[in-house]
Amino acid sequence: MIEVIDLVKNFGKLNVLNSITDTINEGEKVAIIGPSGSGKSTYLRCLNCLEDPTSGSIIFEGVDIADPKVNINIHRQHIGMVFQQFNLFNNKTVLENITLSPIHIGKKAINKERGLSFKQKREKIAQLKEDAREKALSLLRRIGLEDKADVYPSTLSGGQKQRVAIVRALAMNPKVILFDEPTSALDPEMVGEVLDLIKDLANEGMTMVIVTHEMGFAREVASRVIFMDQGVIAEQGTPEEIFEHPKCDRLREFLSKVVK
Amino acid sequence: MPNFDKKWEVFVRSFIDNEGYKRVLEGLQNTLLIALVGLVIGIAIGTLIAVVRVMPKYGVLPKILNGICSVYTEFFRGTPIVVQLLLGYYVLLPLLGVSMKPVGVCILIFGLNSGAYVSEIMRGGIGSVDPGQMEAGRALGMSYWATMLKIVVPQAVKNILPTLGNELISLVKETSVVSFVGALDLSNAFRYIASNNYEFMIPYLVMAVIYILIVLVIAVFIRLMERRLKKSDRSN
Repeated sequence: MIEVIDLVKNFGKLNVLNSITDTINEGEKVAIIGPSGSGKSTYLRCLNCLEDPTSGSIIFEGVDIADPKVNINIHRQHIGMVFQQFNLFNNKTVLENITLSPIHIGKKAINKERGLSFKQKREKIAQLKEDAREKALSLLRRIGLEDKADVYPSTLSGGQKQRVAIVRALAMNPKVILFDEPTSALDPEMVGEVLDLIKDLANEGMTMVIVTHEMGFAREVASRVIFMDQGVIAEQGTPEEIFEHPKCDRLREFLSKVVK
Repeated sequence: MPNFDKKWEVFVRSFIDNEGYKRVLEGLQNTLLIALVGLVIGIAIGTLIAVVRVMPKYGVLPKILNGICSVYTEFFRGTPIVVQLLLGYYVLLPLLGVSMKPVGVCILIFGLNSGAYVSEIMRGGIGSVDPGQMEAGRALGMSYWATMLKIVVPQAVKNILPTLGNELISLVKETSVVSFVGALDLSNAFRYIASNNYEFMIPYLVMAVIYILIVLVIAVFIRLMERRLKKSDRSN
């Protein structure tokens, strides 16, 4: 589904990613672990070009989205992303957070359609809004936050915010979701509710890439674990291979520090 | 001690009996019109410039746009508004061969001038919005401009509202120079009344009080708006 070829990312003179080549297949749940500064978040952010790769290709469904000539917005609609700091839109209610992008993008498509009268367009847009709303409400029902539809994000707890952020990504019907340390900014008692939701998605077959410090979670959910160090994939394999039989010294050292 | 009774009598006579109030009302109307419409134009232009200036600078087009915006800002901040009014009315209009009423020119010039100042205010406001907001919008497949206008700018406006209020207040006060191109404003109306009777004290005192009242009303209005906009970040 996503093919990464020779990905290099420099920030100024600092080399963060050094020629990464990897393939993420449909249905895979990839966990990326590694020490801080190893480039794992940067790698994840390159997958939807939130960071522009310095060189190399990101082939998503046959198109190199690292090419500046490609309209990245269209492809990003199919790549969901969940951030460490949630990044819910502060000036929108919970419901609007979820419906904003589907409505905006749907409207654009309707306005581009030819041969529609003004009235037809207006009806279509009204239908689009109604559908987006229905969908958002059913997503909120799923995470038990239906009663929060009309409040602003600032009134939610961290765990609630992150769950809303996840369903906001789901509302776009993404083919893959990227999670950037989804539980690192949460109070400990809220980590569980967010991980449970991600687990549910994994069990439903959603393709996902997760940068995480939750080793137990990576072990349980991931179909493949990538260990990154100093801008390269130092080792990868099944959770069992990585956690039970680590091959390289750096990984062994890392695991001895994080797994108690 | 001056004879206040007599001065007051003269003022009342010229203000009410000689219909000086009509002139004052017209001046007041022009002052408010120039300041308010000027600010609206200024916010539109300022937002546009600010968004261009914070744009990632890839490619030629953003660089050219950025250059144009920076020349614009430097010009309008670097010359007095009187100079801009004179240039607009006596140079630009004849060159373009357009005829326009003085008040119209004033609204336009005040808008353009305010745009330069608002762009800097807005740039600061946009800078104060968490970059994660832009990232979240982009990650959902929305364009830079759509995310800017729907997500970032509304939050920026909330942050800079008090500063925008100050901009409106200073616009109101600056309108006192529009008589340079023959437009009637509040101060000009009072100057007319005063010099008609050679009685300056009362008209100028009343004029000052009216300016202060306008500014106070604006200040109250802004405080109300701030409170309304704070709605979305309770318990933050």
